[in-house]
Amino acid sequence: MPHPQLRSNGELKHLLTIEGLPGVLIHQILDTAKGFLGVNTRDVKKVPLLRGKSVFNLFFENSTRTRTTFEIAATRLSADVVNLNINTSSAAKGESLLDTIDNLVAMHADMFVVRHASSGAPFLIAEHVNRTRGDGVHVINAGDGRHAHPTQGLLDMYTIRHFKKDFTQLSVAIVGDVLHSRVARSDIHALTTLGVPEVRVIAPLTLLPSGLDQMGCQVYTDMKKGLKDVDVIIMLRLQSERMRGALLPSAQEYFKHYGLTQEKLALAKPDAIVMHPGPMNRGVEIESAVADGPQAVILDQVTFGIAVRMAVMSLLVANP
Amino acid sequence: MRISLLGGRLVGPVLADGQGLVLHDAITDLYLADGRIAAIGQKPAEFQADLTLDLSAYCIAPGLVDLAARLREPGFEYKATLESEMQAALEGGITSLSCPPDTDPPLDEPGLVEMLKHRARGLQAASLYPLGAMTVGLKGEIITEMAELSEAGCIGFGHAGPMFTDTQVLLRAMQYAKSFGYTLWIQPCDFFLSRGGVAHSGAVAGRLGLSGIPAMAETVALHTIFELMRATGARVHLCRMSSSAGLELLKKAREDGLAVTADVAVHHLHLIDIDIGYFDPNMRVDPPFRSQRDRDALRAALKSGVIDAICSDHTPLDDDEKQLPFAEAAAGASGLELLLPLTLKWADESGVGLSEAVDRLTRQPAAVLGIDAGVIAQGAVADLCVFDPGDRWTVNATSLCSQGKHTPYWGRELIGRNRLTIVAGRIVVNHACLNPSFI
Repeated sequence: MPHPQLRSNGELKHLLTIEGLPGVLIHQILDTAKGFLGVNTRDVKKVPLLRGKSVFNLFFENSTRTRTTFEIAATRLSADVVNLNINTSSAAKGESLLDTIDNLVAMHADMFVVRHASSGAPFLIAEHVNRTRGDGVHVINAGDGRHAHPTQGLLDMYTIRHFKKDFTQLSVAIVGDVLHSRVARSDIHALTTLGVPEVRVIAPLTLLPSGLDQMGCQVYTDMKKGLKDVDVIIMLRLQSERMRGALLPSAQEYFKHYGLTQEKLALAKPDAIVMHPGPMNRGVEIESAVADGPQAVILDQVTFGIAVRMAVMSLLVANP
Repeated sequence: MRISLLGGRLVGPVLADGQGLVLHDAITDLYLADGRIAAIGQKPAEFQADLTLDLSAYCIAPGLVDLAARLREPGFEYKATLESEMQAALEGGITSLSCPPDTDPPLDEPGLVEMLKHRARGLQAASLYPLGAMTVGLKGEIITEMAELSEAGCIGFGHAGPMFTDTQVLLRAMQYAKSFGYTLWIQPCDFFLSRGGVAHSGAVAGRLGLSGIPAMAETVALHTIFELMRATGARVHLCRMSSSAGLELLKKAREDGLAVTADVAVHHLHLIDIDIGYFDPNMRVDPPFRSQRDRDALRAALKSGVIDAICSDHTPLDDDEKQLPFAEAAAGASGLELLLPLTLKWADESGVGLSEAVDRLTRQPAAVLGIDAGVIAQGAVADLCVFDPGDRWTVNATSLCSQGKHTPYWGRELIGRNRLTIVAGRIVVNHACLNPSFI
């Protein structure tokens, strides 16, 4: 079965996951993003690449931050942007997901940016528009359940490449709730594809999914051992509901053992960078002194994120 | 009506004069009269056929017996009706079937069971053997009037979905069922360990970000069931085995002499978690498709007899329930018309003879149900399945009769298909290419 995000000639039609993307394609997206970085600092922050195109932000799950970054990216490419918070509109009236999509396609949407609480939902949408609309409509996964958040993964790779240059010499640690994290899965696929020799995952066993070794990761339950001599630390957000369901006893105990403090950061390489997909829980997974410290590149990630999303959107539309 | 079936390859369990029960596989003529099998092989003296069929291109087997087919009545007629699914059963060569109690309302009152049996009899189709609910409303709190339900026609008592959480209720149900000699039908799946899960816990679910149902949900439940069986002496049929570790426990329990039987859903003999692919909702079933190792263990256990029977686990669903993101899609697949071809595929790939494979679709499930069916014998009711083991066909909207069109095999080609069904001596389905000659 062909991958639903690729055309038969291998070009990217939708961006649904990083898993299976060739390394050259990832680098092409990052190179394109580098070109867009300049646009964002100009007086007139606009290029006409998506002029006349309609981008629909379909958010079945609340997210102000991600939706805003996609909106900014689309607007800077001169697209018309429509924001739909579906959990407050159609779904509440009982309309099915694919009926919603059919209606929006009938309004001549060119691109859907989809956030959904269910893993795989953007695949269902992409396969549906492939079947009903041929090649004209693009889907970008803006986060589906625990499965993937490919634009976050790409902006994380942009950030790492910006500060560290060569992926093939790096040791990267991902710390926290990997079980529920789509960011972690996308980062792991991207890092292994780009040739990072050591991807470490650090968490208590209650927050780790099965099969991490098959994804190319080494598992550490002791953060102090896991952070030893790493070049990059990616901290994950801990949702407060994880204290329910017997996954964790308390935020305090979590912070004590898996929160990033200056003391623990000192175990990594002296020039290690600290990343976080945001929004941060200060005092739960990361200490303010680290979050605001010289090694944190968390705000750079946000800046790069706009350029990376512009790159993805323009590349999809450039493959009509 | 007297029918001569000539030249067909008779496969499956046959009770032959002087030889006892044998797994037969040879060209053998059959003679039917008054809805029963009048003779096997030798034409009785003075037998005058009203209809003679040349079945030399086909295999003849006892009518198939399916241990799990949801017919959706009462309560879910929008998904499928008794008419549509009973017809689909006949199309699949199934002449006896058991339906689980997970209807709406559940089959927990004798009146409901009597109505269902009455409706089924009116259709003059396959024989229907309903399972009653083990507890009122399938809630796992109060045991049902099993004796009343049994009189109304229930052949056993089951539940729906994961095992209820109150172990004492299960103990009481076993004690009560044992008092009357009833069989409990239990799908071994721990409620808490399977809660919220949609796929087998493993590398695939981890990678796709789907919440998992670990194999230990099955083994923990089996430990509980076997312990209670030892204490009560109750008889239990285990529905839908799914894991290699569970089969090890089952094997041990059989060796210990517990009164236990087990089945497997036919699609579990073929598919594994990797087949979920890109979140294909048709691959969402209950229990979930597990690892390749588990699948291989199921195939081997069926061959060795640790698992008794194959069932379709037929679950007709409509588009609104299935065209959804994987985790939101309803679990289940249509299976009545795929039961035979997928069994033949297993037999072919596992080096199991045709008659042995047919045995697991006929005599063995009939023994689980405790009914007189599934064997070709002189004087037995003439329920027959006539199939073409080499017929290539594609699963699609026109080839499937069931109202439920969702199956992992949608659009795929299968080999082997029922072509002619006989119920009590009447031809009820006929797609066979033959030149009937009236004498």
